[in-house]
Amino acid sequence: MPDAISFVLNGNPCSVSVRPDTTVLDLIRNHLSLKGTKEGCAEGDCGACTILLQRPNINGGKHKAANSCIMTAAQIDGAQITTVEGLRQNGVLSAVQNAMAQNGSTQCGFCTPGIAIALTGLLRNNSDPSEAEIHDALAGNLCRCTGYRPIVEAAKKAALEIQSSDKITVCGDVRSTISAQGSTVHLPATIDELLSLRAQFPAATLLAGGTDLGVARAAYDTDWNEIILTSSVPELREITVGDNAWIFGAAVTWAEMGDVIADELPSLATLIRRFGSAQIRSMGTIGGNIGTASPIGDGPPAMIALGATITFAMQGGIQKSMPLEAFFLDYRKTALPQNGVIVSVQLPRPKPSEVFRVYKVSKRYDQDISSVCGAFWLKMKAGKIADARIAFGGMAAVPKRARSAEKALIGSSLEDKSIGAAMAAINGEFSPLSDWRGSSHYRAEVAAGLLKRLKADLNGETVELVSL
Amino acid sequence: MNKHVAPSSTPKVVVRSIVGKGIAHDSAKKHVAGEAVYIDDMPELPGTLHAVLVTSPVAHGRLKSVDASVALAMEGVVCFVSASDIKGHNDIAPILAGEELFASELLEYLGQPIGCIAANTMELAIKAAHAVKLDIEELEPVLDVELAHQKQQYVLPKQELIKGDVDAALRSADHIIEGRLEIGGQDHFYLETQIAYVMPGEDGDMVVYSSTQHPTEVQHHVAHVLGLYANAIDVKVRRMGGGFGGKESQATIIAASAALIAQKTGRPTKLRLKRSVDMTATGKRHDMVSKWRVGVDKDGRILGMDVEYLARAGNSADLTGPVITRAITHTDNAYFVPHARIVGHACKTNTVSNTAFRGFGGPQGIITSETIIDQIARELAIEPNLVRERNYYGSETGDETPYDQKVEQNHLQEITQTLLATADWQSRREAIDAHNATNPIIRKGLAMMPVKFGISFNLPALNQAGALVHVYQDGSVHLNHGGTEMGQGLFVKVAQVVAEVFQLDIDRIKISATQTGKVPNTSATAASTGSDLNGMAAAVAANAIKGRMAQIAADHFGVDSSAIEFRQNRIHADNRSVSFEELAKMSWAARVSLSEAGHYATPKIHWDSTRLKGRPFFYFTYGAAVAEVAIDTITGESRCLRADLLQDCGASLNPAIDLGQIEGAFVQGMGWLTCEELWWDAKGRLRTIGPSTYKIPGSRDVPPIFNVALLENAPNGEDTIFHSKAVGEPPLMLAVSVYLAIRDAIYSATKSDPKLKTPATPENILAAT
Repeated sequence: MPDAISFVLNGNPCSVSVRPDTTVLDLIRNHLSLKGTKEGCAEGDCGACTILLQRPNINGGKHKAANSCIMTAAQIDGAQITTVEGLRQNGVLSAVQNAMAQNGSTQCGFCTPGIAIALTGLLRNNSDPSEAEIHDALAGNLCRCTGYRPIVEAAKKAALEIQSSDKITVCGDVRSTISAQGSTVHLPATIDELLSLRAQFPAATLLAGGTDLGVARAAYDTDWNEIILTSSVPELREITVGDNAWIFGAAVTWAEMGDVIADELPSLATLIRRFGSAQIRSMGTIGGNIGTASPIGDGPPAMIALGATITFAMQGGIQKSMPLEAFFLDYRKTALPQNGVIVSVQLPRPKPSEVFRVYKVSKRYDQDISSVCGAFWLKMKAGKIADARIAFGGMAAVPKRARSAEKALIGSSLEDKSIGAAMAAINGEFSPLSDWRGSSHYRAEVAAGLLKRLKADLNGETVELVSL
Repeated sequence: MNKHVAPSSTPKVVVRSIVGKGIAHDSAKKHVAGEAVYIDDMPELPGTLHAVLVTSPVAHGRLKSVDASVALAMEGVVCFVSASDIKGHNDIAPILAGEELFASELLEYLGQPIGCIAANTMELAIKAAHAVKLDIEELEPVLDVELAHQKQQYVLPKQELIKGDVDAALRSADHIIEGRLEIGGQDHFYLETQIAYVMPGEDGDMVVYSSTQHPTEVQHHVAHVLGLYANAIDVKVRRMGGGFGGKESQATIIAASAALIAQKTGRPTKLRLKRSVDMTATGKRHDMVSKWRVGVDKDGRILGMDVEYLARAGNSADLTGPVITRAITHTDNAYFVPHARIVGHACKTNTVSNTAFRGFGGPQGIITSETIIDQIARELAIEPNLVRERNYYGSETGDETPYDQKVEQNHLQEITQTLLATADWQSRREAIDAHNATNPIIRKGLAMMPVKFGISFNLPALNQAGALVHVYQDGSVHLNHGGTEMGQGLFVKVAQVVAEVFQLDIDRIKISATQTGKVPNTSATAASTGSDLNGMAAAVAANAIKGRMAQIAADHFGVDSSAIEFRQNRIHADNRSVSFEELAKMSWAARVSLSEAGHYATPKIHWDSTRLKGRPFFYFTYGAAVAEVAIDTITGESRCLRADLLQDCGASLNPAIDLGQIEGAFVQGMGWLTCEELWWDAKGRLRTIGPSTYKIPGSRDVPPIFNVALLENAPNGEDTIFHSKAVGEPPLMLAVSVYLAIRDAIYSATKSDPKLKTPATPENILAAT
């Protein structure tokens, strides 16, 4: 059984014997003594730890920004990693580095390496980014000194000098188990293998993107002595584009899903762009987002409103499907059987008669968790609503349909009266809790108010401030 | 970015070769290469311990016992220290006395340090900290400032500034404007969390690498806690990953805790706070409640102002006293107030002790002032800028502040008029009104506001600095001073000053880490005074050396020293010259000292801290901002669409650095007033302790149109370093324009004075709409 994690670091093969639950940041800084990458928060939110990660067949094999603080060594076997130390070529600063150094893009400099990496990730994959795309790429990087203007400007200047060049390389053999110092990562190749590992190691950490579980690990709240990785199962990585529906494997990342649905569901694509950050979306998976069953996850309300179906596998290889909304039973409790695994999500493709909008309301536009997320799917027939699905996140212990509101809308043409009835229904149907993301009162008022936004939106008005 | 030029009334331009140039930050290339070394990046000495604070899990309680035996039995865990291990004094109060490093009995906030545990790795230390058993009798906490005020629970006596007869003025007024504003706090959120790395040496001496804005305070407190003389402690600071006031007094907690472990074990000890601990255990900007009764005439002229602040000091005084003083002395902002009573209460609550934060009370004073002006405008239905105009300091009103200092060299008329023109105020005002007339859901708002900010520490003794300059025989220069580099560009500015004095290329000047063993008894790098004080001290030192070198050159050329000119790396006399390095060598050979310690003390200032009268500030800086916002009346979301800023930096030492300070401060101020919300639960636990829950502005939050300019041709009339002005704090308050613009947008919907507390989160905006 191999006892070392092997990967390519800044172009050089590297093999390190560490516990697989060691965070990649810890590995880089303390085991490999590369101190350019920083810890700012250890929860995947500030971006000071950003590295470029390239994994064969994931995210199209592209080099994508990722948070090393909440990623574990278990996830990088066979990957290529670029840290800030790898940006300079033959001692010469890269175009991004140069533009930043010359534009006043650094003050205290602590966020700088992560930002240089994030912009490199952007420009490698898109050599002519719009201002909005630069903001998308920077949403996962906080700077407290500069006010960002010189950073955005540096990105534009560097873009003029960079030609996108991305070689897709596959490195290393796929291995099934790596173990060191009492921690083992299992990399199953099939769903059956995954299920048997689940049965064999019921206490193991089932790790997909790690964007949620990794936070606890980064805080040293838990040790992971057994880890089962989902991304090694090719079947969980599949995306099937059917005539009527897409099927997304559970280990498909949000970055991948966003690319697939963008043309047909622009509203969902916008939501996904506000989902964590570029770093988080390149790591986090659809299955993980559903499996963690957070009441404030943004994926489930959107997918429930779209009529998604979830498929999971249980012991013995049996697979079962159910509407996604039925999957969430209670706070952080799902219908997934013990030692089962989520296999895929089937998402119907929209038809011309259908309208879909999802609105996220949060304190900050980018990389924030919703106070309320409201998703609206309407099927129109002769100017009237023939069918409706409305789902909210942040309004209950689970992502939840607003069935009475739907009823109030069906048969109407979204006029003030039916909207009023639907708003009243929402107020009757939900009693959200109060916390730092919003009081109960605020959440209820906003959830109901989003129906007014929906109407204005469908009338062609500008309803989101970001569009101004 | 567009740049517009504003003329000044006193043009007096001196062309200089190095000072005044937009030279890049000295570490910029190292920053982008990942090669700038922060304390956690330093190579660790063998045997280094990693320490973790053990903190109070309750907001108020009595600590009956601490038992670290289980923790210490864990493999790799080496040492635990608490109050009883302190050989010196368990007191780290920056101004007063009696503020414990480790709580000995009374627990007064959740997160308060009780002890420190060290292990071979940080992971082990964190796990060990969880295993320390605390026996606590929980007491009822006081979490609200109004409740503390009602219970007369304060950390300091009240401060009161009185000018004239405010009661009579209010009686004679046409209108009384009464209001109340809840002003939120703010976490510093420097990207590098608090850290210290302590290396014990011979005789109990310690070298302390501390991420601190105040090396001298760290030195003194570490010595005091360890029971040593200050000369046993040498504190070094090359750079911080951000400070913003948060590493002024707070850095002491970290350095002293690590030093105690190092003292007890004899091993090098590093203490780096995890973000959640940093945000829980260390102080923030004071949230305050301000209340006012203001008498105005029918045209909105202020006749008298009765203002009261309830400041959340938290569990101890820390720097709350001077923070309140600065709030009180900035309540006038740009406006003449003939009669005033301004009172500040330092309310004691069972929350973390609040501390310095960029602006240091000034922001709370200025937002109160501007909200009062805005309220006058709304209630009297007068255009807000007209109310401002009628109340500005000037010949028609008066120039004496409530604390008796005269407002001199006032650029505000000029700045605001220029800005209103360049920001195209009138046509945008009309466009916004037209938009609001037809858009019930998305409302827009527009506001202009001025900022007058006093420069100097209120306590005169702090307004001094030292610098140490060496010239070596090869003509290279070593520069050291008491100021610290936290990203603000102080080091490059002071290097420019020295290069200017010697007329050398700036790369001849070696910038070196701040070190208490080199320059002693320094003040905090704070109050925006870093370049004023340290630049001047460095100039004093460099000029002394230059004078001695000039004499050597005069002897060499056989001319009078007045004929010697330093220019472009050479020393000239008539048409002859020698290189700087040749002259350095000659000076050495002539046995002339090429080293000098410079000292500077700010002139003219004095302060009566009981009556709050005097001349606390050497000078004022001026600035103004116009902000345009849009709000969503369904959700309360807001967005700043455009901001135009004009800031007076005197004759800027480095316009590129100053521009960065202005932009960065504005965005930080926007965060304070919009998205950054500190949220405590009913037990006194702060629940916003990381970037996932505490939202500082991101790149998309910066106004898409952002025009920032420095006031040109406006050298400081006071004799500051090359007639520049301070820049660190003042522009933060320009973000109050964003708050006022949100109020304007709300007003367009409600037609009444908005009751909008800060931060203006979506929820608070919706509640006011």
